[in-house]
Amino acid sequence: MRFSALKIFKEGLTGNMGWAPHWRDPEPKPEYDILIIGGGGHGLATAFYLAKEHGLTNVAVLEKGYLGGGNIGRNTTIVRANYNLPGNSEFYSHSLKLWEGMEQELNFNTMMSQRGVLNLFHSDGQRDYAARRGNSMVNQGDDAQLLDRDGVRKLVPFLDFDNIRFPIYGGLYHARGGTARHDAVAWGYARGADQRGVDLLQNCEVTGIDIENGAVKGVQTTRGAIRARKVGIVVAGRSGQVAGLAGMRLPIESHVLQAFVTEGLKPCIDHVVTFGMGHFYISQSDKGGLVFGGDLDFYASYAARGNLPMAEHVMEAAMTLMPVIGKARVLRSWGGIMDMSPDGSPIIDKTGIDGLYLNCGWCYGGFKAVPGSGFSFAHLIAQDRPHEPAARFRLDRFRTGHGIMDEEGTGAQHNLH
Amino acid sequence: MRIPCPICGTRDRREFTYKGAAVLLDRPSPEADAASWDAYLHLRDNPAGRTRDLWFHDAGCAAWLVVERDTISHEIFGAELLDAD
Repeated sequence: MRFSALKIFKEGLTGNMGWAPHWRDPEPKPEYDILIIGGGGHGLATAFYLAKEHGLTNVAVLEKGYLGGGNIGRNTTIVRANYNLPGNSEFYSHSLKLWEGMEQELNFNTMMSQRGVLNLFHSDGQRDYAARRGNSMVNQGDDAQLLDRDGVRKLVPFLDFDNIRFPIYGGLYHARGGTARHDAVAWGYARGADQRGVDLLQNCEVTGIDIENGAVKGVQTTRGAIRARKVGIVVAGRSGQVAGLAGMRLPIESHVLQAFVTEGLKPCIDHVVTFGMGHFYISQSDKGGLVFGGDLDFYASYAARGNLPMAEHVMEAAMTLMPVIGKARVLRSWGGIMDMSPDGSPIIDKTGIDGLYLNCGWCYGGFKAVPGSGFSFAHLIAQDRPHEPAARFRLDRFRTGHGIMDEEGTGAQHNLH
Repeated sequence: MRIPCPICGTRDRREFTYKGAAVLLDRPSPEADAASWDAYLHLRDNPAGRTRDLWFHDAGCAAWLVVERDTISHEIFGAELLDAD
């Protein structure tokens, strides 16, 4: 089934009776070439690119719940490529290019909206850093524009520019950044993978990973044993538990990150705006809700909800930056579980076990990475060598100390990012 | 989330700073190999469930505590003072 304007028109006239399910619900086969553990955005994108880029279709995605039921449905939907360090910079650059072609590639409306990401700064030092970061982005081939106070005022006049503690000096504007419909991204990749022959196995929790003589042989699941010579773990949020099935300990600590949404309002915030002096960022969804979030709660947690101190911090930062938000009422808040790595950057690498591949450690940045992560992980699994833009996401960088990617410059230790 | 400090009593989570898993108490000897230091500094069991971790009561008595709690429910089972040696 292919979506087109003609098809929608025809279905509209004939009672919408011609739509079919977007993917099959197959029974597990006893053996596949490749198993992907985790049916979230990254796992589904991996399966899609295995089929599309490498012609590997004897593949199954194993999902313990339903497709897209994890962090792909719990984030704040921001897409951007405004990183500073080599490693991250080229990876997110590649990922943003895939975002830009995603709707055509998937024939699926992911509501990709390049509305622009605006990072504010509030001091001379922050302006210098923004200029440097903007230059890194431009050198990478992406876009960045350093705006002064008046330039920011033209875009977002409703901010408190003369706040007594944190006056706004300007902002770094990344026009190609924006937002996308998070669920649709998972569904689009699921549909694309299924159409190419990948089996999407839901309610199929992996309970064991079979390893013989240092090589992976398959997995045990709640829907029976499945054999495969290659297995990819891509379960950010639960990486430690699944890797533990293979006897591995990871450089990952799980933390809860909260997000909030207000009641629906008329269009008022056209961009993604981030505060530079507290943890607060905001955009407006297509339904009209103001979607905003802050920093980690900063203790290890698997609860999909946070505690009030961070909620209070986020609300305070919101009122400091844009007092107008005080008129809005918060409708919901929730938490997502972040794989926090010691340096705040992800891992896409082989493991010490033959045929077992690992994709984890996305910290707070998993959503914008979905296409790039899937593309690079598929490349690693199919060709047994890293994809160039993700080649620095090595698992051993903490042990060796070589190639640490610490964007914040706070040190490669847990609980600092 | 409230933490029962053995010195100050039960206090708001905001008075405390989180350090990390109590594995940080098992510091390897300076002569230990790289793998031991990697395990100490980076690798974590990261359990979903009961865990022991270190909290510093910086807005209270400035004591280090070992807190036993549940990472799924946020229930706190108890806290004890870190042994001075």
